[in-house]
Amino acid sequence: MSVVAALLRKDLLLELRTKESVPAMALFSVTTLVIFHFGLDRASLAGDLAAGVLWVTLLLAAMLGVNRLFVSEREQGGFDGFLLAPVDRSALLVAKAAALFAYLVAVEVVAVPAFAVLLLGPSPWPALPVLTGLLLLGDIGVAVIGTLVSALAIQTRARDLIAPLLALPLLVPVVIAGTRGTTPLLLESGSAAVALKWPLILGLYDLIFALIAYAVFDFLLED
Amino acid sequence: MYGKGLRTLSLASSLLLTAAFGLVFFYAPNDADQGFVQKIFYLHVPMAIVALGGFVAGGVMAIAHLRTRDRRWDMRSYVAIHLSLVLAVGVLVTGSIWARAAWGHWWVWNEPMLVSFLIIFLLYACYQPLRFSIEDPERQARYASVFAVIAGAFVPLNFLAVRLAQAYTHPRVLGTTGGNMPGSMRLTGLVALIGMVALFVTLWKYEMTSKHAGQQLGALRRKLAGDEEILPAGPSATPTATLPARPEA
Amino acid sequence: MPALPLDEAGKYVAGAYVVFIALVGIYVAIMAAKLARIERELGELNELVDRRVAASPRSGASHE
Repeated sequence: MSVVAALLRKDLLLELRTKESVPAMALFSVTTLVIFHFGLDRASLAGDLAAGVLWVTLLLAAMLGVNRLFVSEREQGGFDGFLLAPVDRSALLVAKAAALFAYLVAVEVVAVPAFAVLLLGPSPWPALPVLTGLLLLGDIGVAVIGTLVSALAIQTRARDLIAPLLALPLLVPVVIAGTRGTTPLLLESGSAAVALKWPLILGLYDLIFALIAYAVFDFLLED
Repeated sequence: MYGKGLRTLSLASSLLLTAAFGLVFFYAPNDADQGFVQKIFYLHVPMAIVALGGFVAGGVMAIAHLRTRDRRWDMRSYVAIHLSLVLAVGVLVTGSIWARAAWGHWWVWNEPMLVSFLIIFLLYACYQPLRFSIEDPERQARYASVFAVIAGAFVPLNFLAVRLAQAYTHPRVLGTTGGNMPGSMRLTGLVALIGMVALFVTLWKYEMTSKHAGQQLGALRRKLAGDEEILPAGPSATPTATLPARPEA
Repeated sequence: MPALPLDEAGKYVAGAYVVFIALVGIYVAIMAAKLARIERELGELNELVDRRVAASPRSGASHE
């Protein structure tokens, strides 16, 4: 456990000092919202359209973070250093996923208010607690899949291109469950209850992929 | 030895598929709602089932590779996935043709099978680019296997998710006569499915034989090397299996 | 949409089956090209070995 903590601390400190990923991701999400405004030619969104725009924006911003996740390991020999240490290799998976999760939460702190201000029609306040829960569940899924895909892609020549191509299909179920769950929260007529099945599906998907990632991650780190 | 039994298998596949197509056009009745157009199903659905099976099989073979480190499993996995991808393209095209014939649109979003296949196709389309952008052969095989495992696990999950997403919009449209399929249609469908499975196995063996022969060739070249005339053939797209050690000169 | 009349429906059904045959056919063609290449290279290797054996006849010459 302390290995994970040490690795996570290193990544978070690095991010705090260099401010490499999170500001760019946050800015990207706000820009995307602006683009959506022009693309859809709407000043106000509600219901399923609002849910869709929010989740897609967050997903695309996440792709930026995924691309950068293992870059420092690759370029500065972090992989070799880690492999030499007598620790459980899955610790790197957990640490990196936790880091990505933290970045996503940080981005959402910016993106969700921006969304509420720029595009959301109904008031976000009644929806906020449940929305936060759904977003966090979704973030877990994005973090796990993003870390896995990033580790896969980092060794290839076309890493920036291939990571989103791999991650997005794998994240379709997260988008489905996330948006279906969020839709009733953002209705014009006021926040309605969320069908329990959607958070359940999200949670289940997260769990299954976490298990798959755990089983498979070691094989990516050899030599 | 992959070529063994290939001839028998090919004959069996041809027979089965011919029988299946014969049944489709001369035996199975026309569907009550969709008429003659429904005949596309005997092609579309077996291809879909076999493709899905192929992707999952590719994942299972990849697990075998990761556990045993025997690169032959990786080769088998590669061929299975590669074939399934071709079938997936067929599923999408025949599905689109069917959608056009039955609904007037070249694509429908309320057909879970079609939508799931689109997602799966987009995912597996990355398999070969991912593979061939990794130069070290051992690492290439390993990473490809990891991908195959993840993607293979994803296939059933994706189907479930898409189905659930559709649950409140439209009921399944690709079904036939509302689920009350007469026995003659069932039989035809079954024969078509078996034929498609046989075809898949045949083509799989066929490609394995070809790849294996190519590798034997490469190994032969290396054994005879030591002579500038004999250079290894250029970088091939074939995933390499473990080669026998070069004999001492 | 009501069921298409037979002549129109026939074209779509035929189209689907043609696609299937075409996919299998293309696959066979690509395999055939690979096979031809293997045959050609085997021929070259064979020639090479013959030349070697002819040039310096040794008992240990590998002869496949």
